[in-house]
Amino acid sequence: MQPVTLLSSKAFGLTVERLCHQLIEDHGELTGLALIGMQPRGILLARRLRHELQRIQGGEHLQYGELDITFHRDDFRHRPTPPAPSMTQLDFSLDDRKVVLVDDVLYTGRTIRAGLDALLAFGRPASVQLLVLIDRRFSRELPIQPDYVGRKVDSIADQRVTVEWNEIDGQDRVLLHSQNA
Amino acid sequence: MSDQLSTEHLLGIKDLTPEDIDLIFRTADGFKEVLNRPIKKVPSLRDLTIANLFFESSTRTRVSFELAEKRLSADTVSFSSSGSSVSKGETLVDTVNNILAMKVDMVVMRHPDPGAAMFLSRHVNARIVNAGDGTHEHPTQALLDAYSIREKLGRVKGVKVLICGDILHSRVALSNIFCLQKLGAEVMLSGPTTLMPRYIESLGVRVEHDLDKALAWCDVANMLRIQLERQGGDGVANFPSLREYAMLYGLDLERYQRIGRDVVIMHPGPINRGVEVTSQVADHANSIILDQVENGVAIRMAVLYLLAARIPRSTV
Repeated sequence: MQPVTLLSSKAFGLTVERLCHQLIEDHGELTGLALIGMQPRGILLARRLRHELQRIQGGEHLQYGELDITFHRDDFRHRPTPPAPSMTQLDFSLDDRKVVLVDDVLYTGRTIRAGLDALLAFGRPASVQLLVLIDRRFSRELPIQPDYVGRKVDSIADQRVTVEWNEIDGQDRVLLHSQNA
Repeated sequence: MSDQLSTEHLLGIKDLTPEDIDLIFRTADGFKEVLNRPIKKVPSLRDLTIANLFFESSTRTRVSFELAEKRLSADTVSFSSSGSSVSKGETLVDTVNNILAMKVDMVVMRHPDPGAAMFLSRHVNARIVNAGDGTHEHPTQALLDAYSIREKLGRVKGVKVLICGDILHSRVALSNIFCLQKLGAEVMLSGPTTLMPRYIESLGVRVEHDLDKALAWCDVANMLRIQLERQGGDGVANFPSLREYAMLYGLDLERYQRIGRDVVIMHPGPINRGVEVTSQVADHANSIILDQVENGVAIRMAVLYLLAARIPRSTV
């Protein structure tokens, strides 16, 4: 079955821009804000947001980091092969900082739980917010909800959402795949 | 790229594939970053218990393993043979089975007898990590040595590595030879004929008894410790004196500068300063001796993590 396009290239760009404006609306100059992308796919959105925010606002007000949560996952030894780690780049303390965690797709919430756990190793943030491009509603396994959402999607368990990026896949778009109808 | 080890235990480098070693290195990269965080601890192994059994003295390796286990949140028990029931005549299998009866998942063992780790893995229901078995293998040391070379030079393949010293008694040398060869490095050995095993060339290594010629060839010089405790009964029997050894096979600054290139200096520790290397060489800018120690924790975390991944979760 053909995948359904959730976000076309044009809508993708508009959505990212809207998310940037929402961040500016809530956080003003973005001073002291820490934008943290979750490895491996959330960093692509975080890098794009950072780039757009700099374009809109100019200057370099916000702190930027990338977080790998592999060693904090709750499914170690539940799956046949161990997850492979990516790199964490976070060279500032999170003490008393406002943090926005960034990921591409929010599904069960388990990755975000691990992310919150991993963040604690870098200090005690003043607050943590969650920004996602796609929120797959009604499929949460933990009490975790996003603060900024690109697009909400109602999907069932055997459907799959893929986010494609210009940098990697040649174009920006979000697709919903169904196993078979 | 493989994402799982091909082995259930780490008994020696000989059992590992080059893909296994690459996987361990990639995982260690992640742990090295963890070790530079303000809080250097991850919860991966919090439901596992690891026993450290040291039937032979060790400071560095033991501390390194214990730190690695604690950084992974495992529960640990440690014991050394002095003061244990081993001195009361208990067999190795009995000692370990008694410890396993207290629900231990992994055993890190150092033992004076070659093959002890292999023996244990066949008789005991736990994952075994060899932390040195007599003059046989010391796999984690070889892994951290190769990892340190990769970090310093950006590659291991094609690098010319000299291993100098007491090859005869050295498990570090044997594991290093296996590991470096699997990664595509060239290995040359140097040292007194009395400390060079016969037919060692059959492993595909070169032997050069003239240290200056060997140094002129290599990119990396790993200066092994003279194992005073393993020499003939009354101290030193395989060479006339430590002073003569230091003259022929010790690396001092003058000899180092004569090479005229930036050869990387390594030593598995503990250093007999003034014997294998002088202080000026050990503390030289091209020495990565302390990087080796730092990388040891990350490598051991990677090994324990990857072996633990293969332990089925209890379904009780």
